[in-house]
Amino acid sequence: METYFTKEHEWVKIKDGIASVGISDFAAHQLGDITFVELPAVGKSVKQFEQFAAIESVKAASDIYAPLSGRIVQVNELLEESPEIVNDSPEDAAWIAWIEPANLDEVKDLMTQAQYDEFLRGLE
Amino acid sequence: MEPLKRTPLFPEHEALKALIAPFGGWEMPIQYPVGIIAEHRWCREQTALFDICHMGEFLYEGDLEAGGLEGVFTFSVKSIPVGRSRYGFLLNESGGVIDDLIVFRLAEEKVMVVVNAATIANDFTVINSRLTGKATFTDISDATAKLDLQGPLARAVLTKFFGDELGTLPYFTFTETTLLGAKAIVSRTGYTGELGYEIFLPTEKVLELWNLFLSDKRVKPAGLGARDLLRVEVGYSLYGSDIDEITTPLEAGLSSFVNFNKEFIGKAALLKQRDEGLKRIKVAFKVASRRSPRHHYDLISDGENVGTVTSGAFSPMLGCGIGLGFVSPAVAAIGSPLIIQHDKVSMDATVCDLPFYPGGSLRT
Repeated sequence: METYFTKEHEWVKIKDGIASVGISDFAAHQLGDITFVELPAVGKSVKQFEQFAAIESVKAASDIYAPLSGRIVQVNELLEESPEIVNDSPEDAAWIAWIEPANLDEVKDLMTQAQYDEFLRGLE
Repeated sequence: MEPLKRTPLFPEHEALKALIAPFGGWEMPIQYPVGIIAEHRWCREQTALFDICHMGEFLYEGDLEAGGLEGVFTFSVKSIPVGRSRYGFLLNESGGVIDDLIVFRLAEEKVMVVVNAATIANDFTVINSRLTGKATFTDISDATAKLDLQGPLARAVLTKFFGDELGTLPYFTFTETTLLGAKAIVSRTGYTGELGYEIFLPTEKVLELWNLFLSDKRVKPAGLGARDLLRVEVGYSLYGSDIDEITTPLEAGLSSFVNFNKEFIGKAALLKQRDEGLKRIKVAFKVASRRSPRHHYDLISDGENVGTVTSGAFSPMLGCGIGLGFVSPAVAAIGSPLIIQHDKVSMDATVCDLPFYPGGSLRT
């Protein structure tokens, strides 16, 4: 299963027509200790690259942008009480929401893992 | 702009892979790889070691009255017994805070003044201008290092290395002693709400003491990120955030550190302010979620902007956001609801008492 990334450091994995979404290992590390995650409402429609969630660390507050357009069908409520999961497992256990994608063609505007790794090297 | 300074321990922080950032003109460790929350917890439960070499120290030698020092601060220096220290302020003519500081009465005619890092040069100039020249006044910051050993096990660690006698120091007392063959001051003070010590010693000895403390498994280094979180949880003011030259001690809820029975610059302004009534005062508040208030967020009451957040954090001890700010007195009563707003972020909060976290080992 291919993982795609945004320039704002969200990841998305698509399986059986559902996209799970979170923030990248790089982003979690940059933010430091995560203390709060604002989850989107289930059922809400989101647009690609528009803000749909928020995250706070000891150091900063940041917006999270939707990697794909679609409808929120599930959110990870565990993150409300235990946001530190984002630090422990940003690209796996700390998925933030599942999106039912409206248009999978939007993937062409995302980066593959290899492209994202290259993008990160450019940030250094 | 002047280049950033480094403490003698800078290579240690680099070797420990600390995140380094500018603070008060210095390159300081903000956190180590374990992270701010783990460092904070270590200080609350074990003992943390902080490199505080960036703070400034001045030495005054001479008669306190004749040399002019007695009139400089908001408290009386001559009434501090030898071996004790006192917290208070250096004010401007308008009653604004030029700095908050601690004065150590080393001897009848010898005093050490400990000030914030970013304000060293200005403090020295201001204090010196208020002295008569009949005493010597020296900036000993470069020659003086400072380590803070803070946490419930701090006494056990300190006495293990340096003998039981140091363990008997009461809060806000200090002793001049010899550590590692050098003259040092061990003071029972800190900025965390925990039992702890501030240790002053010659700069060339600080690496040895740092390594000695860290050789004890109960001690771990903590950075300025944890230090800030610890101090917010007990409601201590941070100079430059919660107090500054346009904020008076009365507004900041710190009038207990002002002695109106003596003369000091800024007194007339404070008396006038006291008579006319305060237009804004400091409040502490808890947020109804884990969201953190942050510096400069707006405080709203009944749809009106009533003030500003000056410090904020997510409190690991309380499990919610906490903050300090200034509001109009009408909305400052304990229990008053406030809304904290910034762009599209909004959080419900309630005015509360300090400290947020009363469970510290400070006075044990």
